[in-house]
Amino acid sequence: MANTMQFDLVSPERSLASLSATAVQIPGADGDMTAMPDHAPTITTLRPGLLKVEAPEGSSEYLVTGGFAQINGDSLSVLAEKAIPVAEVTRAQLDELIEDARASHEAAKGGDDQTIVDDAAKLLADMEALGTHMSL
Amino acid sequence: MPNLKDLKNRIESVKSTRKITKAMQMVAAAKLRRAQESAEASRPYAERFNAVMAGLSASVGGSDSAPKLLRGTGSDDVHLLVVMTAERGLCGGFNSNIAKLARVKAEELRLKGKTVKVLTVGKKGRDALKRDLGDLFVGHVDLSEVKRLGYTNAQDIAKDVLSRFDGGEFDVATIFYSKFVNVVTQIPTAQQIIPASFEDEAKGDDSGAIFDYEPSEEAILADLLPKGVATAIFSALLENGASEQGARMSAMDNATRNAGEMIDKLTIQFNRSRQAVITNELIEIISGAEAL
Repeated sequence: MANTMQFDLVSPERSLASLSATAVQIPGADGDMTAMPDHAPTITTLRPGLLKVEAPEGSSEYLVTGGFAQINGDSLSVLAEKAIPVAEVTRAQLDELIEDARASHEAAKGGDDQTIVDDAAKLLADMEALGTHMSL
Repeated sequence: MPNLKDLKNRIESVKSTRKITKAMQMVAAAKLRRAQESAEASRPYAERFNAVMAGLSASVGGSDSAPKLLRGTGSDDVHLLVVMTAERGLCGGFNSNIAKLARVKAEELRLKGKTVKVLTVGKKGRDALKRDLGDLFVGHVDLSEVKRLGYTNAQDIAKDVLSRFDGGEFDVATIFYSKFVNVVTQIPTAQQIIPASFEDEAKGDDSGAIFDYEPSEEAILADLLPKGVATAIFSALLENGASEQGARMSAMDNATRNAGEMIDKLTIQFNRSRQAVITNELIEIISGAEAL
């Protein structure tokens, strides 16, 4: 059994990481999940959160928003609309994201569709939790 | 024959024109490299995205519960043409080629009795189409303030298009842009983005795997389809950016060469007239001396 798998993290603008990883924790839409080599093939959408990558060379963390992850047995691709290495995230950037989420929540409140309001509220909560979690 | 002073002025003016076109060519060359790099950097995302979407839409697409963005609204009476061009001119046939393609398509659709709406991205396309299709314009996206194209620009355009779609303003959306092949070749292209169609390029390599979906296949598809629109627009914007610079580079190269040829021609003319003047003076002096 292989103990590493190919991990790729790409955003529309560039490819952020391509390496062998032993485990990757993914902020899935239905909850966090950790993918390890020989995981069952899965496709999941992402909620805004932290992506933790463990590789033999050391671990790294990325802030990701929107997109999906495709898990094959021996490879894992994460396609995120926005992905930033955690070390580069600033409070200002996060505030901007929270502000966006809040704005869309406010906009959704005006509409009739309850699911959109709920989604927006969840997004906002996710963003705020992220800020607390990263203790910025 | 123009006098010497005029010729001299003319040569000077063509020389300064040549300097400008040469500078523009070099600027375009530098920008082209950057544009190509960002186009290349975006390719992995688009490819993987399309591969996954192809798989998803193949399995869900047939059913009636498929999202509207994939299935269409059931009719194709109203077409939205998103014409993406540059904000600046002086780039050869780049803008007019895209405009021409859009104009032909619009005409074709109108002959079939469809309603056509036009959304322009970039000032030049708007100017080019104003006369023929001006009454069909429904909006314009201005990118002249944007220094470096980002995914957010594409998202904004996609949001605009999607909100119009949700509002029932159109049934089919097509984007017009120029595909970058190399510096001398750019192909004006029309691509339908709504209802979406994904080419399955990845078939064969790992399509054997059966995926688990979290949440359901339908939910993922509904979540990702709007992103697919943004991704398609983003790739088109980047291709367009590279094409624009490539077209400008070769146009300016031609202009520089033409200016050089013109300078040579004018210089020969200048020298000949100068000689003619000298000969004339000599004749006058000699005939004057003979008359004595």
